[in-house]
Amino acid sequence: MTIAPGKKKQKIDRLAELAARDDERGVSLWQEAFRRLRRNPAAIVGAAILTVFVIVAVVGPLLVPFGPSDTIGIREGLIRPGVIPGADGDHWLGYDHQGRDEFSRLIVGARQTLLVGVVSTLIGLAVGALIGGVAGAAAGLGGRWGRWLDSTLMRIIDMMLAMPSLLLAVSIAALLGASLTTVMIAVGVVSVPVFARLLRGSMISQSNSDYVLAATSLGVRKPKIALTHVVPNSLAPVIVQATLTLATAIIEAAALSFLGLGNPDTAIPEWGMMLAEAQPYLDIRPGLAVYPALAIIVTALGFTLLGEAMREALDPKLRK
Amino acid sequence: MALLEVDDLCVTFSRRGQRPVRAVDGVSFAVDAGEVVGLVGESGCGKSVTSLAIMGLLPKQPGLRVGGKAVFDGTDLLQLDDRSRRDIRGRDVAMIFQDPLSSLNPVIPIGLQVTEVLTRHRGMKGAAAEKEAARLLDRVGIPDPKRRLKEYPHQLSGGMRQRALIAMAVACQPRLLIADEPTTALDVTIQAQILELLKELVRDSGTALVMITHDLGVVAGMCETINVLYAGRVVETARRRPLFRQPRHPYTVGLLGSVPRLDAGRGERLYPIPGSVRDVLPWPDGCAFAPRCSRRVDACVGEPPELVLSHDDRAYRCVNPAPLPGVTPGADVRATVPTLAEPGSVPAQAVPDDPPTVPGLNPAPREEEKP
Repeated sequence: MTIAPGKKKQKIDRLAELAARDDERGVSLWQEAFRRLRRNPAAIVGAAILTVFVIVAVVGPLLVPFGPSDTIGIREGLIRPGVIPGADGDHWLGYDHQGRDEFSRLIVGARQTLLVGVVSTLIGLAVGALIGGVAGAAAGLGGRWGRWLDSTLMRIIDMMLAMPSLLLAVSIAALLGASLTTVMIAVGVVSVPVFARLLRGSMISQSNSDYVLAATSLGVRKPKIALTHVVPNSLAPVIVQATLTLATAIIEAAALSFLGLGNPDTAIPEWGMMLAEAQPYLDIRPGLAVYPALAIIVTALGFTLLGEAMREALDPKLRK
Repeated sequence: MALLEVDDLCVTFSRRGQRPVRAVDGVSFAVDAGEVVGLVGESGCGKSVTSLAIMGLLPKQPGLRVGGKAVFDGTDLLQLDDRSRRDIRGRDVAMIFQDPLSSLNPVIPIGLQVTEVLTRHRGMKGAAAEKEAARLLDRVGIPDPKRRLKEYPHQLSGGMRQRALIAMAVACQPRLLIADEPTTALDVTIQAQILELLKELVRDSGTALVMITHDLGVVAGMCETINVLYAGRVVETARRRPLFRQPRHPYTVGLLGSVPRLDAGRGERLYPIPGSVRDVLPWPDGCAFAPRCSRRVDACVGEPPELVLSHDDRAYRCVNPAPLPGVTPGADVRATVPTLAEPGSVPAQAVPDDPPTVPGLNPAPREEEKP
């Protein structure tokens, strides 16, 4: 040994210290999950689809070659009973039944679809997380009254869960009258019970964890424990669910439009509405149904891929 | 009067359709300021339930009954309402838990968790709280505390995490500290450092420390008074030296005998206590340890043995205690006199005669964790 024992020890300590320290400083659980996400090909594909979708939704309507409600086909006499012309040089996907440019409508429809998906998911997330958070905190940390409050809230949620989601959405939409806001509210309400149950369950299991006991043993008050300790640790499954719900929200909004409970203003296209309108012409031009359906499927796939990848990245059991 | 006097503490869990379980059955002990008292026993003997009951941390459920008294500085902790109990926790009485990783919140930085206590009990905010938190981390031997404050629990080593937990516990200079197996999740060299730190804190601040452990090495290095628990009752109480030199209760003898020793010959067998802690006789029917006891006599079964007070402050709950060495020649010397380290030396799993000659068991220098 050429190195003096003391020196050698110092050197080893130094190495150990470097190894123990993470390669980057201040890496939170979320940042680490994001790193794992980047390595997952499914997440990359999902994120790519969604990026394209969002870009199309935001800038697409400004760039489309034709107005989405411009009935060119009728003006030029191309649309006759039983005839809807297909694609030509200027109109890449042909015309719809009113002679409007199908491609332009599809692009403009992306914005509406994204809007409905995001807003309705946010409504569901906000209301569901509020109810679930209160119930979870009450059940996990509160005493007898807490359990009572939790039971009451959860029975209400159970009642909502007991109804088929589409039926619930249709009833709400029918009650409030068809409009864009109604669609958002109806689709949002349907996802409330899922978020509520998820956050509640997650919070109750976190309430039994050692760090909650440790915080309690230091005299930290219950509301503070709920907000700074329990909620941040319970959010991961809820965020994943939100991603997955975006996909179902788009499909459900399309379903409502398809059933005629969507936005009555047909000037602004929406994929579900386009699908509904294509129905009578399936034998003449099936493409009119295929294009919006494909758009819905691909977008929903994007959200689902990303959501599943996020679930894997955030799942503590799969963590190394 | 001592700082904390636990008197006849009983904890019973009952469930519909099942026999109630007496997890803690009349435990009494006292701790004075600056004193370290050990509660020792196997898993399931009621050590942790005792500590949680004193802190009022047992989960509130219909089947739970807590009896007896735990008088801390004149107030009975068991009678407090929730609000005053929360005020006392962390300020006057604090606890250190077994598993430092799960006892720290994984999603928020260490600093926030330390300042939380400071905000709660000392009303500190912002930069002042942060400065104090850094000072606390420094106090418990965490190098570069300012940087560590911003780090998350998973970025710290096991020893660092336990230091951070200790920093949180001592943030308000509590007068009583309960350490529930604070070194079980750590490896031996880190154990020694953490125990050294706890000893230092007790010495410097005059905090009373209740040390809960199953590790006799820890007890030998730390505690002045030791209570050996079995099936929810104290079976032997003694000062450290007499306990290790002349254990009287067969359970204590068995515990000491089952410690692996480095000076034992190759191929020599270990001496476990036969059976498991579940093979208990209910105390009202006799001595709970009787089914596993090697010194069992007829008198063990029938009625519970009384606590026998003997000379030099010790007591044992046994009708046929292990004889004092020298009194009865031919007694099982190996079991009754396990060689024990001098007070204050290595607290380690195995306690050799002459610790410094065994390199693996030397208390590691504190620099081990520092860069």
